[in-house]
Amino acid sequence: MTEYEAVIGLEVHAELKTNSKIFCFCTTEFGGKPNTHVCPICLGLPGTLPVLNEKVVDLAIKAGLALNCEIAEFSKFDRKNYYYPDLPKNFQISQYDLPIAREGYLNIDVDGRQKRIGITRLHMEEDAGKLVHSGDSITGADYSLVDYNRTGVPLIEIVSEPDMSSPEEARAYLDQLKAILEYTDVSDCKMQEGSLRCDANVSVRPKGSQKLGTKTEVKNMNSFRALQRALEYEIERQIEVLEEGGQVVQETRSWNEARGITETMRSKEDAHDYRYLPEPDLVPLVIDVEWVERIRQTIPELPLERKKRFVEEYGLPEYDAGVVTSSKKLADFFEACVEKFGNPKEVSNWIMGELMRLLNANNMELNDSPVTPGGLIRILELVKEGTISGKIAKQVFEEMFNTGETPDAIIKKKNLIQISDSGELEGIIASVMENNPKSVEDYRSGKKQALKFLVGQVMKETKGKANPQLVNDILLKKLSE
Amino acid sequence: MTISLKELEHVAELARLSIPENELKAYTCQLDDILKSIEKLKELDTDNVEPTAHILPVRNVMRGDIVREGIGREDALGGAPDVEEGQFKVPKIV
Ligand SMILES: [Zn+2]
Repeated sequence: MTEYEAVIGLEVHAELKTNSKIFCFCTTEFGGKPNTHVCPICLGLPGTLPVLNEKVVDLAIKAGLALNCEIAEFSKFDRKNYYYPDLPKNFQISQYDLPIAREGYLNIDVDGRQKRIGITRLHMEEDAGKLVHSGDSITGADYSLVDYNRTGVPLIEIVSEPDMSSPEEARAYLDQLKAILEYTDVSDCKMQEGSLRCDANVSVRPKGSQKLGTKTEVKNMNSFRALQRALEYEIERQIEVLEEGGQVVQETRSWNEARGITETMRSKEDAHDYRYLPEPDLVPLVIDVEWVERIRQTIPELPLERKKRFVEEYGLPEYDAGVVTSSKKLADFFEACVEKFGNPKEVSNWIMGELMRLLNANNMELNDSPVTPGGLIRILELVKEGTISGKIAKQVFEEMFNTGETPDAIIKKKNLIQISDSGELEGIIASVMENNPKSVEDYRSGKKQALKFLVGQVMKETKGKANPQLVNDILLKKLSE
Repeated sequence: MTISLKELEHVAELARLSIPENELKAYTCQLDDILKSIEKLKELDTDNVEPTAHILPVRNVMRGDIVREGIGREDALGGAPDVEEGQFKVPKIV
């Protein structure tokens, strides 16, 4: 059987973090009642003129620099013409032949190997509106409803080279791109709110072949998991077509999350005949060296550099460093803790363990939680000085996560201070031994694992508050009496 | 003729224009005249001329990132032929 390899390129749209839209003063705020964030300009009413938002250009330059692109000295906007009611003007203002940035790259880490993925171009454009179809799908609908709140929200589109050869690499690219856009404060990158969207161009070819196979474009992947699953499916599908002696049809396919398959999208043959023309209502941009340098100054340390530094400076394992630097907020949180408390590995364990577990379980971002570096540091100090046990510490952390109270207030309120008083523990241990004579006998006759059970009983008796080391010591002493 | 009937029909389709059968010939001729003028322009040697991106010698017209109230939903929808639940109601798309 022929071995195949996939060739994948991604087109990513990211919403820029501006207050107002790209060509008018309307707010970019997410949500809002339909058609309340609109004005004559973004509604495309006759007689209106767009004026470019300077922040959009700043952010596009910033993203371009962070992605190692060449920034164009001369750039312009173009009209991309197509008829679809999500565009009130029947064209989208985008950039065609003179995008603001091109020829960049980013590096990804997959299975400990670094790979460079080329970036073909990055351009600015306006977002379209939102359509709601009556019925359950676009094809079954009698009519559609249009909300133009998103129309004119600034986007950058980032087109990669077809440099990825597996769904894992595509996922790593999107992870890295998202991290870079977040680190640079260019975009919020919230996939669930549509501020980061991804389409993929996929083809397969016999391994080692230089000739590209026929590609399909896969759309509608709304999460990182969806991207990976959709690519896995589409690659498998194309291989099957070829193995059966068929040919892959060049087309646009939509990922159906519920069914776990890609499906042909009904599209007209002329869908890609966009008849681009220079936007006469906007004058060109000339971007000089000073402008580029001013923006370059604002670029912070980027995720991969920071990961490398965390490994070198704090001695974190590669894996931990990767997880902790996957978002700027987590990495900042980590460094704030380590600066005061030291013990980087212990801090990263808490972040990767309890903190991320609770964030994921509650579907929250670090910002949404009341946990602060100071709070975590306090818990770590309380464990270190023996005031609470490690087990109780997790309980305190969760309470702090849920209520925002300080660790000291929580342990006081819930009476969670560790019992490190030998006298008090001895009494409890004596009664545990008395109530479990069989285990005591087992231990004394050589079944050493009975000790664990007895320690567990003491912890249960004290609701986890006993100092485990002390319990162990006292038990051993008493058992050998 | 530099434009064929088929090309005319394609362009009309892209622009969502329906052209009556008896006018097809007239439009083909008119478009053809325009294209011929363009052909004429092409005779000029423009090898050393930068393509023009805009007819005005103006660059970098921008505004600050400031938010202002829009026009309100009622006015936004005021000119719409059909409205439902605060949204523009449009005919079946595909
Ligand atoms: Zn507007």
